[in-house]
Amino acid sequence: MKGKVAETTVDLQTPSVFAVKPTDFKDLTPKLALKAGAEVKAGEALFFDKDRPSIQFTSPVSGEVTEVRRGAKRKILEVVVLADKETKFKDFGKSAPASLSAEEIKTRVLESGCWPFIMQRPYGCVANPEASPKAVFISGFNSAPLAADISYVLKGNETDFNTGLEAVTKMAGTPVYLGLPSNGSVASVLKEAKAEKNTFKGPHPAGNVGVQIHHTSPLNKEETVWTVTPQDLVIIGRLFNEGHFDARRTIAVAGSEVSTPQYVNTIIGASLERLTSEYVKADNARIISGNVFTGEQIARDGFLGFYADTVCAIPEGNQTDFMGWVLPGFGKFSISKTFSAFLSPNKEYDLNTGMHGEERAFVVSGEYEKVFPFDIYPQFLLRAILTRNVEKMEELGIYEVVEEDFALPEVICTSKIPLQKIVNEGLSFLKKEMGH
Amino acid sequence: MNFLKNIIENTRPLVEKDGKRNILYPLHNALETMLFVPDHTTHSGAHVRDHIDLKRTMVTVIFALVPALLFGMWNLGHHHFAAVGQESDVMGNFLFGAMKVLPMIIVTYAAGLGVEIYFAFKNGHPVNEGFLVSGILIPMIMPVDIPLWMVAISTIFAVLIGKEVFGGTGMNILNPALTARAFAFFAYPAFISGDKVWINTKVDGAEAAVDGFSGATALGDLATTVGQGINSGLPVLDKFADGGQFSMLNAFLGYIPGSIGETSSLLVIIGGLVLIAMGIGSWRIMGSMILGGLAMGLIFNLFAVNDFMGINPFHQIVLGGFMFGTVFMATDPVSAAQTNKGKIIYGFLAGFLSIMIRVFNPAYPEGVMMAILFMNVMAPLIDHYVVGANVKKRLKRIKVKA
Repeated sequence: MKGKVAETTVDLQTPSVFAVKPTDFKDLTPKLALKAGAEVKAGEALFFDKDRPSIQFTSPVSGEVTEVRRGAKRKILEVVVLADKETKFKDFGKSAPASLSAEEIKTRVLESGCWPFIMQRPYGCVANPEASPKAVFISGFNSAPLAADISYVLKGNETDFNTGLEAVTKMAGTPVYLGLPSNGSVASVLKEAKAEKNTFKGPHPAGNVGVQIHHTSPLNKEETVWTVTPQDLVIIGRLFNEGHFDARRTIAVAGSEVSTPQYVNTIIGASLERLTSEYVKADNARIISGNVFTGEQIARDGFLGFYADTVCAIPEGNQTDFMGWVLPGFGKFSISKTFSAFLSPNKEYDLNTGMHGEERAFVVSGEYEKVFPFDIYPQFLLRAILTRNVEKMEELGIYEVVEEDFALPEVICTSKIPLQKIVNEGLSFLKKEMGH
Repeated sequence: MNFLKNIIENTRPLVEKDGKRNILYPLHNALETMLFVPDHTTHSGAHVRDHIDLKRTMVTVIFALVPALLFGMWNLGHHHFAAVGQESDVMGNFLFGAMKVLPMIIVTYAAGLGVEIYFAFKNGHPVNEGFLVSGILIPMIMPVDIPLWMVAISTIFAVLIGKEVFGGTGMNILNPALTARAFAFFAYPAFISGDKVWINTKVDGAEAAVDGFSGATALGDLATTVGQGINSGLPVLDKFADGGQFSMLNAFLGYIPGSIGETSSLLVIIGGLVLIAMGIGSWRIMGSMILGGLAMGLIFNLFAVNDFMGINPFHQIVLGGFMFGTVFMATDPVSAAQTNKGKIIYGFLAGFLSIMIRVFNPAYPEGVMMAILFMNVMAPLIDHYVVGANVKKRLKRIKVKA
């Protein structure tokens, strides 16, 4: 795709407004820890998980909670914090993970608000602190288009990364697997990391942690694995090295609508208003917090998502296309050979957000398998999900997948079926059925 | 373009939810989306999408059908003029065929799309493009002189019973085009079997076949050898020798009588290669079905008790509708097996059964139709076992651990 990031980093003048969005966390029922108007320090809880109160979601900056934005049925959408000029951190105390017990590490990670960085499978939600995982998986590279290069953003954060890795390893007490690409430059900190390393070859979705789990140690019923990203390990590492919840993060700002695609130092939850007004010129652009396959569409003055390491701006595809289904369609992106695109596989495309067709029932078969590197029959699993057949879902491997694994099949789907939405609803349903 | 767009835009308020003519919305939508790929944007999940859609998939199949269709038209004229003993050139042959086939295509589309649009109105869903292909396929597997009303009724039956009762495109169990043919075959056998229907022998409405004319298809002739023992030496067998009317070369190129579009294996194979190259047709199904046909042919060779069984397997598969069925019928993604392994089994058995039915039951020389319909029904079962193997593997993983 056009608009790849250049390997330069700029500091963005720190925005004054921040927000933590409960909607970033799947199936979360948030309970506010304080009221609008309260003062918070960075690392103090804004809200917590109603079902598991030990999981805290803390403020990335210090300042005043100005507003709690709610949607339909008073669902909390955003907790907005107006930042102080100088960030005041809540102090959790510096200490090396080696000197702490696994329980102590866990408590500290939980109370500082770092716990939500640890995700679990099945369900792809914030990990359950009471369950013990069978392994921890970390993907050391992003393979999605326009996504941040992990090796690049780890530069300068090597110590924190290693501390974070050490903390999580000790806390989990299980093998930790780190997935690395078989080609391309990999930061030495990843190559030398204390984890079992596996290399993965090929294009996207090789960098998806789900694919790596499936090919290393597939998940069975009743098992849990944790996943965490290297960028988030850095933040966990800072908790132990500095004693603070320091949510600084380097994100890639990319896409064909971005004037100078590059990396930007910012903080989780930062308002993107200034960033978009500076870099995104066109009005008819879609701003995505996250990558183009799995990210969330946000307003121009929206906030950086909790897990996002990329912000993309691509053109909206709200144009009609005269007889587009029958004309040769030179220059149009498709993996289907009915377009000439297969003749120039390395071409970079200026993709827009058009659906390029209407939604239909499943017609074409064998299509998803081409971009779905799991030993799972995707269409059959999807049908089981649609019919809410729990037994079938389990048999067909629902525990091994989350939404992002269906992103590529969704992109190429001839029938334009919203696969990630189907999987999302299926996982939520299953989670309820299973009483988690 | 803008002119068309303006018409679409100006009529839109009429058909929208509270418009006066909102019952016409599916029709408006169908026309609109045919002219313009709509401007919908992604609203959930991935933000970028491939340009492929179902319309493009379907239209690719139609392109692949065109060579065989055009040849079929020419072939009708070719046989007609030969049968009535008149001279004719390429253009004359073609025009004769076109005059026969075009009305059938129009009637098929009118009947089929009529039903589709009715259901679109009734259920308020967009008109599906599945019928775009069926509408061409149905005339191509009909004999030349079948009355148009029979085509219409067969089509309506196929769309109604074959497709809509199951929920429309994507839900059907049987291939709709073959359902239409099967309906015609059983409802009007006199018009779609035997040796009188494949070549038009009338001039100005009167029978005008020259003396010694035989309108039988190759399979019809072969059926007469059943029960005569091997090497019977029957005169019809001369037709199958090199240089004969039904020689392997003639059958491969398509200079033989048969359903309109099925005769030329060469052009059908070209269409098949286009489909495979485009990634639309399944090479697994096509390949394994040919292998299945050849395998059955070989087995028959080994145990031949009559000349039909003794025929060269390669000759066997270029006769009748075998290749057409392989390329365009068995590969229908909805009614075929859906797993990759399943497709290979499905194709192989379809090919195997086609030749078996054709030889063992000469009353159904079109074994391929029955075989594919049968395998359509069996496809979910095949998939069930293929997917079941995957499920077992997953369960085993747990047990190994425990």
